[in-house]
Amino acid sequence: MSNENTLSRRGLFMNIGMLINGLVAVALALPIMRFLLSSVTRGHGNAYLSWVPVGRVSEFPEGETRLATFRNPYVMPTDGKTVDTACWVRRIAGDQFQVFAVNCAHLGCPVRWFPQSGLFMCPCHGGVYYRNGSRASGPPERGLFEYPHKIENGMVTIQAGELPTPGMPVALSEKKPPCAG
Amino acid sequence: MTQIGEWFDRRLQLAAPIREASEHAVPRSTASWFYVFGSAALTVFILQLVTGILLALIYVPSASEAWSSLQALNHDVTLGWFIRALHGWGSNFMVALVLIHMVQVFLFGAYKFPRELTWIVGVFLLLMTLGMAFSGQVLRFDQDAYWGLGIGASIASRVPILGPAIVKLMLGGPIIAGATLSRFFALHVFVIPGMLIGFVCLHLLMVLKLGINEWPMPGRLVKRATYVSEYHELTKKDGAPFVPYAIWKDLFFAAFILLAVAACALYFGPFGPTGMPDPTIIQTVPKPDYFFLWLYALLSLLPPSLETPVLLIGPVLAIIGLLLLPFLSGEGEKSWRRRPIAVLTVLLIAIMLSTFTHLAGYTPWSPHMNAWSGDPVPERFLHGATALQLQGALVFQAKQCRNCHSLGGLGGQRGPALDSVAVRLTQDQLIRQVIQGGGNMPAYGKNLSPAETTAIVAFLKTLHPAGQAPARDAARDVVLRETGTGTHP
Repeated sequence: MSNENTLSRRGLFMNIGMLINGLVAVALALPIMRFLLSSVTRGHGNAYLSWVPVGRVSEFPEGETRLATFRNPYVMPTDGKTVDTACWVRRIAGDQFQVFAVNCAHLGCPVRWFPQSGLFMCPCHGGVYYRNGSRASGPPERGLFEYPHKIENGMVTIQAGELPTPGMPVALSEKKPPCAG
Repeated sequence: MTQIGEWFDRRLQLAAPIREASEHAVPRSTASWFYVFGSAALTVFILQLVTGILLALIYVPSASEAWSSLQALNHDVTLGWFIRALHGWGSNFMVALVLIHMVQVFLFGAYKFPRELTWIVGVFLLLMTLGMAFSGQVLRFDQDAYWGLGIGASIASRVPILGPAIVKLMLGGPIIAGATLSRFFALHVFVIPGMLIGFVCLHLLMVLKLGINEWPMPGRLVKRATYVSEYHELTKKDGAPFVPYAIWKDLFFAAFILLAVAACALYFGPFGPTGMPDPTIIQTVPKPDYFFLWLYALLSLLPPSLETPVLLIGPVLAIIGLLLLPFLSGEGEKSWRRRPIAVLTVLLIAIMLSTFTHLAGYTPWSPHMNAWSGDPVPERFLHGATALQLQGALVFQAKQCRNCHSLGGLGGQRGPALDSVAVRLTQDQLIRQVIQGGGNMPAYGKNLSPAETTAIVAFLKTLHPAGQAPARDAARDVVLRETGTGTHP
């Protein structure tokens, strides 16, 4: 009787012990992975997005672009000031608005509005956009991110909640501006 | 005293292996000032561990309090500023030392057989060091950190299909907020340092087991079959115990580096924090710390269409290249004197990185946001100017042209300097360029009235050196003469 090919009683117990540990590891891995990926799964679809007001219509003079701020709809207790977000609101005329993210479509730095020349300029890598958000020059491959918006009870309301990034699927995709100019 | 020592060693049984490890014979040639960078990097790593733990006594990893806890460290806690400065400068020194160590190992062929795995572990140590540098910058939760995270998220979002999910995983939520800081804190304080300690131990263990790379002699080739016995021969014939024969240089250099870190910390002080991480304050010019400045420059100089592929594929290729290096040239010549391509590669990379870093120091690609209102128009361009030309100079400033174009060395450098633009472009070309833009310049047609365009072109036409006439279109004169309207300038 050779010892190499037969399984001793203790050896069998060891194997069973390892198997049990493996099963427990798999059972624990599931909740651990779900916890780790919760920020991804929770925001599935448009779950992070909601409609938030950025100001009364009357606060935005026609033909001008103003900086407005809103509080991000998804808040955790330790977020501090980081949930306060800025956006550029352009009132074309009447109820015609465009609301742009301040984040440059290149790498997300905050763009600044220059009313005299009608341009948004980015301080990081020199991206420049026209007043309707379309790309004017520099490294961005597209125009500024635009929030979907509507007027509700005299308030300009936008659909926001996620950091606008170049790889985002639909929510803040580039739209044909309602008025070029 | 010896009795106490013996009591412990009887139980620990560590004295013999420690003595064996420290007195193991190394080739005499390795007791060199070129072989001190690895141990210096380790010394600075220990400094980082100590100062990091000290900072954690005060620092609060919460988005609402991190910034003010750093202010408290800088201003309220006794010598808090100095510990922050030591940790900040220590990180700069550590990145630099790891890179120098890597270059030395590469040029001395130390990654070749049988030290391939030591090199591979070293590559991971480099990546972790850079990971520590980036996550550390995030913990300094200020405006640069906030927008730096935005840049990181923008890059990550470009990964095909998985991009948006990676961004949410990285940020811990839909936006840069409390959860983002907490997870970078966990990375910077638990995950990466834990892995670093483990990998450093592996790295050192292999240095001990495989021996320190002998000084490479041109013509002495590495062969798998014979190298190990040759190395043992060498240490037997021309070896000396590592302690104290070689280690004194490591000790001297480590002390010198620690002093240098302390001197920088004392003289220059801590890094930031800059403004509060309040996303509604958009009057900010975010910039990464110095070890990522080259990347910042690269991102503005790459053609837009190449950016995403270079960003996503470049790092992968670079890491694969580094990992494969010992397998591609695991044998043969070690000496840099006979490896011209190796030397040229190092020089090329060094020149590239330092050029990009230098450029990022003054960001010629960024508009100067305040040039239009702040920079004066040099008097020589206004001397004897007509009212129309003066009006043009006003339009030039008021329309923010100066943000991208310099005059007399002041202003943005995104576009060409305009000190002698009249020599390069005729009047018609100037009008066309201003109205239609092109060549990376926005079109100003919709934002200039005809009168403003006339004025600004009249001003631009005066911008030429005293001895050089402005460019003119010869055909224009002929056409104007033939149509009988030749009085126009």
